[in-house]
Amino acid sequence: MTQVSSENMQWLSGNEAIARAAWEAGVTVASGYPGTPSTEILENLSKYNDVYTEWAPNEKVGLEVGLGASFAGARVLVTMKHVGLNVAADPLFTASYTGVRGGIVIINADDPEMHSSQNEQDNRNYAFAAKLPMLEPSDPAEARLMLKKAFEISEQFDTPVILRTTTRVAHVKGMVETGERQLGPIPVEIVKIPEKFVMLPGNARIRRKVIAERQEKLANFVESYEGNRIEWGDKKRGFITGGISYLYVKEAFPDASVLKIGSTWPLPFDMIRDFASQVEELIVVEELDPFLETHIKAHGIPCIGKEKIPAIGELNSFIIKKALGEDTGEIYAPVEIPPRPPNMCPGCPHRGLFYSLSKYDVFISGDIGCYTLGFLPPLSAMDSCICMGASIGVAHGMEKALGENGKGKTVAVIGDSTFLHSGITGLTNMVYNKSASTVIILDNRITAMTGHQPNPASGSTLMGEPANSIAFEELCRALGVKHIRTVNPHEIDTCIKVLKEEIERPEPSVIIARAPCVLIPEERKRKKTPLTSSLDKCTGCTACIRIGCPAISWVPITPEEGVKLGKKKKQKGYSRISEDLCNGCGQCRTLCKFDAIAEAEGK
Amino acid sequence: MKPSGNILFCGVGGQGILLASEITAFALLESGYDAKKSEVHGMAQRGGSVVAHLRFGDKVYSPLIDPGKADFSVAFETMEAVRYLPFLNKNSKVIVNMHHIAPPAVATGKMTYPDDILSELTKRKIATYRMNGFDIAKAVGEIRAANIALVGALSTFLPVTDEVFLEVLKKRIPRKLDENIAAFMQGRKVTQ
Repeated sequence: MTQVSSENMQWLSGNEAIARAAWEAGVTVASGYPGTPSTEILENLSKYNDVYTEWAPNEKVGLEVGLGASFAGARVLVTMKHVGLNVAADPLFTASYTGVRGGIVIINADDPEMHSSQNEQDNRNYAFAAKLPMLEPSDPAEARLMLKKAFEISEQFDTPVILRTTTRVAHVKGMVETGERQLGPIPVEIVKIPEKFVMLPGNARIRRKVIAERQEKLANFVESYEGNRIEWGDKKRGFITGGISYLYVKEAFPDASVLKIGSTWPLPFDMIRDFASQVEELIVVEELDPFLETHIKAHGIPCIGKEKIPAIGELNSFIIKKALGEDTGEIYAPVEIPPRPPNMCPGCPHRGLFYSLSKYDVFISGDIGCYTLGFLPPLSAMDSCICMGASIGVAHGMEKALGENGKGKTVAVIGDSTFLHSGITGLTNMVYNKSASTVIILDNRITAMTGHQPNPASGSTLMGEPANSIAFEELCRALGVKHIRTVNPHEIDTCIKVLKEEIERPEPSVIIARAPCVLIPEERKRKKTPLTSSLDKCTGCTACIRIGCPAISWVPITPEEGVKLGKKKKQKGYSRISEDLCNGCGQCRTLCKFDAIAEAEGK
Repeated sequence: MKPSGNILFCGVGGQGILLASEITAFALLESGYDAKKSEVHGMAQRGGSVVAHLRFGDKVYSPLIDPGKADFSVAFETMEAVRYLPFLNKNSKVIVNMHHIAPPAVATGKMTYPDDILSELTKRKIATYRMNGFDIAKAVGEIRAANIALVGALSTFLPVTDEVFLEVLKKRIPRKLDENIAAFMQGRKVTQ
């Protein structure tokens, strides 16, 4: 009988297993930036003793912190989502040159299907481009084993190692064997090795040759690495696959021969050649890009790949069977029903700001966070969203292109955490290069979308200690912004007025819309009085409906029902507030011209 | 060989779907099964449609249920039972919480909540068990126990004894255990 959470077997998600493995591997320093599907790794690791964990303001800083700790000899974990590695790419490529002292592993979490991302880039390409080894687990148990091995590889071969997960590894739960903590072998001390750590051209040229030697050694190593293995079965079809795709192949073709790739880079080409020679048909199954396929073909080994297996979105065993012409039976077609996209919470402060902003004919460049949902109807108040921090540069660039016609026409909307991540440089540019755009910082005191992680403005750290809280007003003033306004986004009348003044102003200005996220613990605990709408007074004008609050719904009525309720014949319905969902933010109350919304009695 | 099965949990973010799937997974694991569960976090959670896949058997490879392969679906919201129709087959058993949560297009009056939406299941002869988890939760005196009532209804179909389920509830439910156990037992009556 399986023992759940017995001494050495635990039911863990991929991210929990990675945190556990980092602790077991003797990691003493860990940094990163939240991003789905990687966030829970550091959140869990912060609960273990004897590990310093932190949220860095962005992934580049997180990796740099990691390098410093590694140079001191510590074992280090750095975590981020796939697009975060773009931000950290600068230190990544040169870290390949410096190598390490203490082992350093970068967890890179890709998001095929874009469950919670703006693109589905395949970061296996980074391993090739940066000449770094990359391992890919298929499930939580393997994630633990591979991470521990990754630290050994890092120290043995003097290289950062990337461990790539995808959503269906990170957020899948399974049984994981656990072990004890064992510290790394490198003494932690200051050791000056300039020829290794100072990447001036003269030193870097020498290190470039060290990388070439390292790649050769790694290529030999992976031929016998236990993460790469052949599972012989029927030799008619042989599959080469890795990561989550391995499990889909096993599910779809349990009797086929499979070469499971654990080291995505470098690849065990001798093993692949040997496997290929013993099967009739060689099929490469991988999500997203033809990464394995391209490199296998480049080594002169013919195989079937993306001409059959989709290159877009996630795979599953059904898709693989279908792609290879297997019978998958009849499947019910989806029934058309109203869509249910995500929405801002009842009482979300962002709603008041976006509602106010929707009153103006401006181009709203948005950013990454919960507030990206301001794009959805009925608010429909976002016109672009690219990447972390992009809103400010985009607003500025558009204004420059429009010239005089652009004055008072561009607004950037960015969250507190995103502004600190990569918005400050954009604002610096706006001031320096004389923009007239307006930047709105949605300061809800927390990194909300990824599950409420503290950031440098929150006043606390990942480890729960009190910390400095950045004052946005002072920061923006120091950058040279002369017009800084702070508003409460729940007060819609004020917001509308302040927005007008600042949008029209022919100079850069910043509006800080400050109100805490309703989901942070302090807000959850605060006693709230829900609102209710009076059926007698409601005229069905829909003013409150137009803010798109989940607590408010439209109740349609027929003319006969209307007359019975004492309404005018043309009234098509009325609005109803769910007292269970309402948290009394009062935005809708401001909008009601008929005094139909009031505090619920007895609450 | 032990029986294997695929359970789909679906509903709206914030309905306690993750806890319900977790309790079910623990009960299966305690009964000696291998299991894997796939969840979605991040943006998808914010009041949107949410789904969790739980698979069990001797040995589970893929964490995802293939289209047409869900043996059971537990829908925490009525319309959501139909959204995931492509995962069902004619032998699937669907437990539906008769609870409507208006999606944005319905709440703003642009669309209406479909009448008799469950006919999409029954006209395909899919076994559909209607229950009201909130009525049960209110009756037992713990409004948050609706998800456990749904697990109760599911439990009668699983190769797990109710003793094991009760042991798991004791270990995993931090507050109002008696009320949750009562909700679980009431839920069982729906499918017994």
